[in-house]
Amino acid sequence: MTDEQKQKIKEFVVNLVKEYHGKKRFKPQDLEKEVEQNFQSENITRKDAKAAIKELTDNGELIYGYAGGSFLTLPEDQTQ
Amino acid sequence: MAGVRGYGGGIVGRFSDEPDEYPGVKEYHTARLNQIEGFFYTSDVLRKLADICDEHAGGLFNFHGSTGDIQILGFKQEEAEELFQKCTHLGFDLGGSGSALRTPSCCVGPARCEWATYDTLHITDNLTREFQNEMHRPTFNYKFKIKCAGCPNDCIASGARSDLSIVGVWKANIRIDQKEVAEYAKKFDIKKYVVDKCPTHCMDYTDGKLTIDDSNCVKCMHCINSMPKALRPGLEKGAQIRIGAKVPMVQDPRLGFILIPFYDVNKDKEEDYAFLKDLIQKIWDFWDEYGTNRERVGELIQRVGVGNFLEAIGLDPLPEMVEYPRANPFIKFEEYLVPDDEEEGKEG
Repeated sequence: MTDEQKQKIKEFVVNLVKEYHGKKRFKPQDLEKEVEQNFQSENITRKDAKAAIKELTDNGELIYGYAGGSFLTLPEDQTQ
Repeated sequence: MAGVRGYGGGIVGRFSDEPDEYPGVKEYHTARLNQIEGFFYTSDVLRKLADICDEHAGGLFNFHGSTGDIQILGFKQEEAEELFQKCTHLGFDLGGSGSALRTPSCCVGPARCEWATYDTLHITDNLTREFQNEMHRPTFNYKFKIKCAGCPNDCIASGARSDLSIVGVWKANIRIDQKEVAEYAKKFDIKKYVVDKCPTHCMDYTDGKLTIDDSNCVKCMHCINSMPKALRPGLEKGAQIRIGAKVPMVQDPRLGFILIPFYDVNKDKEEDYAFLKDLIQKIWDFWDEYGTNRERVGELIQRVGVGNFLEAIGLDPLPEMVEYPRANPFIKFEEYLVPDDEEEGKEG
């Protein structure tokens, strides 16, 4: 996976979480599956998706929440 | 939301339902710290940890949570990051919580127990370091627990409480010291308190001589626990891997069943537990693919059947893999056609 691809995946994931905010809670593996499906033609694997999501949580663009199960969501200051 | 940056687990948010009435406990979060293998701490570390707990939390600990972690109770989100940073400087990382690998834990093992058949502390430390990502970034359907018990006494109740349980066992015959047996005979009735209590009746005590039919021993440890100086586990030591135990939540409680009757853990240790890590990864892949939300791996196996599960993880079925005892005495045979039979059938 190139840096450019990683950036594209990160943007895709954040946009997806933003679009469905308040409607759907994405588990990390849901997002990995979405990435895998959408970037199939670029040979992006789940491992790549995991690495991109890890960077998003490390730099605080997405945070983990828990409601019966763990999910990824936007930081509170971005939801208002 | 309660948590620290980059971590999906380790901080458990607790919010009061009545924040106006009880403002002091409006937020009362819990931090789970990865415990030391075997639960050994120096008094110095505990004092420093207590100072952190006093400064940033409610001055209340829970040693240890059901998964094994040290739990610091009663802090607000605004204190979370600083509390976490201070704990890491002391050498403690966060443990697992949520839909993740929970902090692997083990009994005291060979550090303080003569019955341990393998190094529970080493394997737990190794697995914890290997699976940091799975522990701190929840990606599973639900929780997954690994516990390592050094012998069948299973002091950490791994067979009942962990999805993957590694329990020390042995293969060779139980070692008997007849001189010590004679000493025990002076103290209590060996036939009444040991031989007659053997669950498979594989022991005999006649004319002052104790014999064991090891082929029928189920390693319940009762005789060894009763006469520790006279009886000792066999010398060919290893472990048994069980899978699927859990306490109730979505479905009823379950005990784990044997996945691998004898795993040569001491040999695998030399290869950095490659076999075990590969097995765990295969189990997770299967669970990830076919499990539903909040379904533990044991429940998934029950739903899809042991046969399908074994096929997916690449293990051959063995007679020891009994998910639960038979409920009726009838045996059902299924006939399978092999290619040659099929051709013969056509010709006929």
